Amino acid sequence: MQDFEIKPYPELWHELDMDVERFDKARQMLGGAYSKIFLSQNNRPQAMAYFDEMIAEIFGGRIKELVQAKKEGRPVVGTFCVYIPEEIVLAADGICVGLCGGSPGSIPDAEKILPRNICPMVKSAFGFKAGRICPYFQAVDFVYGETTCDAKKKTWEILDRLVPTYVMEIPQMKKERDRALWIEEVKDFKAKIEEISGKTISPEQLAAATKVINGKRRALQRLTKLRAANPAPISGKDALLIEQIAFYDEPVRFAAKVNELCDELEVRVAKSEGAFPKSALRVMVSGTPMALPNWKIHNLVESAGAVIVNEESCIGTRYFKDLIAEGTEDLDQQLAALTDRYMRIDCSCFTPNDERVTQVLKEYKDSAAQGIIHYSLQFCHTYNIEEIKIREACQQEGIPYLSIESDYSPDDVGQLQTRIEAFLEQVEG
Amino acid sequence: MNIGIDLGSRALKMAVFEGDELVECRMVESGFNPHQQAEELFKSFPPCRIMATGYGRHLAHKNFANGVITEIKAHALGARYFFPEAMTILDVGGQDSKVITLNREGKVVNFQMNDKCAAGTGRFLEIMAASLGFTLAEFGPIALSSGHEAPINSMCTVFAESEVISLKNHGVPAADIARALHLAVVSRLAGMIRRQEANAALVFTGGVARNPAIISLLQEHLGSEVLVPSLPEHAGAIGAALHAQMSST
Repeated sequence: MQDFEIKPYPELWHELDMDVERFDKARQMLGGAYSKIFLSQNNRPQAMAYFDEMIAEIFGGRIKELVQAKKEGRPVVGTFCVYIPEEIVLAADGICVGLCGGSPGSIPDAEKILPRNICPMVKSAFGFKAGRICPYFQAVDFVYGETTCDAKKKTWEILDRLVPTYVMEIPQMKKERDRALWIEEVKDFKAKIEEISGKTISPEQLAAATKVINGKRRALQRLTKLRAANPAPISGKDALLIEQIAFYDEPVRFAAKVNELCDELEVRVAKSEGAFPKSALRVMVSGTPMALPNWKIHNLVESAGAVIVNEESCIGTRYFKDLIAEGTEDLDQQLAALTDRYMRIDCSCFTPNDERVTQVLKEYKDSAAQGIIHYSLQFCHTYNIEEIKIREACQQEGIPYLSIESDYSPDDVGQLQTRIEAFLEQVEG
Repeated sequence: MNIGIDLGSRALKMAVFEGDELVECRMVESGFNPHQQAEELFKSFPPCRIMATGYGRHLAHKNFANGVITEIKAHALGARYFFPEAMTILDVGGQDSKVITLNREGKVVNFQMNDKCAAGTGRFLEIMAASLGFTLAEFGPIALSSGHEAPINSMCTVFAESEVISLKNHGVPAADIARALHLAVVSRLAGMIRRQEANAALVFTGGVARNPAIISLLQEHLGSEVLVPSLPEHAGAIGAALHAQMSST
């Protein structure tokens, strides 16, 4: 295993008013975990070097870019959800970054204020801001929240005391009147970004930004298709990492690097080379997002010798499966096309949401998986209840299926290991 | 000869097969160094194929075992050894409880495990027995001797223990409290079984299947027969030994 360190930038952190001493411990722990979980893997593609570097620079390099952008007067917007139209931020020459929310370390900070029995992602995110231990949170101009669940919706009101938090209303149904509301929300979002940046977004700028974000989505779609090969050319852990990095990296550079990786994977596929042997069992994961550094399920599954070949999740295909129709220079038509694309996202906050069940079955077939693990964060009521329909569909199709409800704490790892291994025995038959 | 070892949370179990014949079963406490304890168990037998299961399976694999299977598969195989038609299995061990559904061929098609706490497990009964001053062997028969139960609302070991203390101090007979505690475990287990759409006779394995009150209350609760193997605590080790045999040929 090579020497790996997440690089420290104490001066930059001071500048961002962070709890430097505490954060530095978190940095070392994350670096250790990354070495153990990622760098110990066999047969990693060469092009993963860029993504390793992104992690090594996670608390420095990318942060410097954000700070620099702010100095240039460009808006830096923190987000938590795939419903935030990043094209609009980019069109105003701004930057959209997904914020920290995947670690148990910040939960005690949140529990000083928030109730304990809510989603770990919401608690973790809130705690990162409250404890001043996420440089991304410290670097953003404001946070853009949405109304996809009750825990988030109400937490934004409290988070607003610590960092300006604006909320976009996401309807819960997909009728025509919901679409009408949505397009108004998109227009308000655009007005807000224009106000912050002091720029008016032109149709040309929005067209260019749409092209860039579509380019990022296409690169991720290409990666997903390559994972369908047997042997799998890349581990599930590495693919999940890339999907996580997709939320905070610069989109043009990121897409180019993902495409470089895909070029390498194409060669591997042609030569029948893989990150895992051909005999490895293939598992697809479906459900709630796994925010960085939540690698728990992937690590357990792949340590047991199986490979994860798809993530049907917000940090996964839900983020990039749909493109925005391009080719118009009329702003109203552009915003309509953008809204159409965002309305196709099949988040469990919608009712009914049967298109997600269809999508899960489609991705199962497309990825040549042999079983599905449904993953739901604790207290995520919408995914937890929608799980019933996913389970029924899998039973009907004869797809081996395991449902896991978990949080970020390591205390259920032993039990999960047994359940996952038993599931793999079941898949093997 | 094939050996199966079940390195459980509370006890180590070993089953030895000569061909198709079960020739020996042994059990000791897990202790602090479970894999060394396990090595003591089989050292008097000639070298042979050893399959490990249970919490300590990976440690055993690192140290001596030829392979591992999970407790779920092991109990499925073990239950079928005693009852070849078994389709639904309830295993209640020291630290967890599971419900396993098999197809006609004996393959696992579905399973559930308890949450990460000790509710509805052997450990719960063990702690509750101690808080009433009984040994584990006395606990079930005492519960059976009572006709009516005191109300116990909590399934959390910590909270249930405070309920027990409060009931004792209100003069409620120990047998009634014991029955209530057993009933609390049984309703939890029955809930898990019902979620699994079990319709065939239930095979009950694991150390807790030695407890007559749990069996009796479970039959009452489910309204159907519960089949208990002659060596319920060894079902996992027997399953592992049978797997050793299957995978060697």
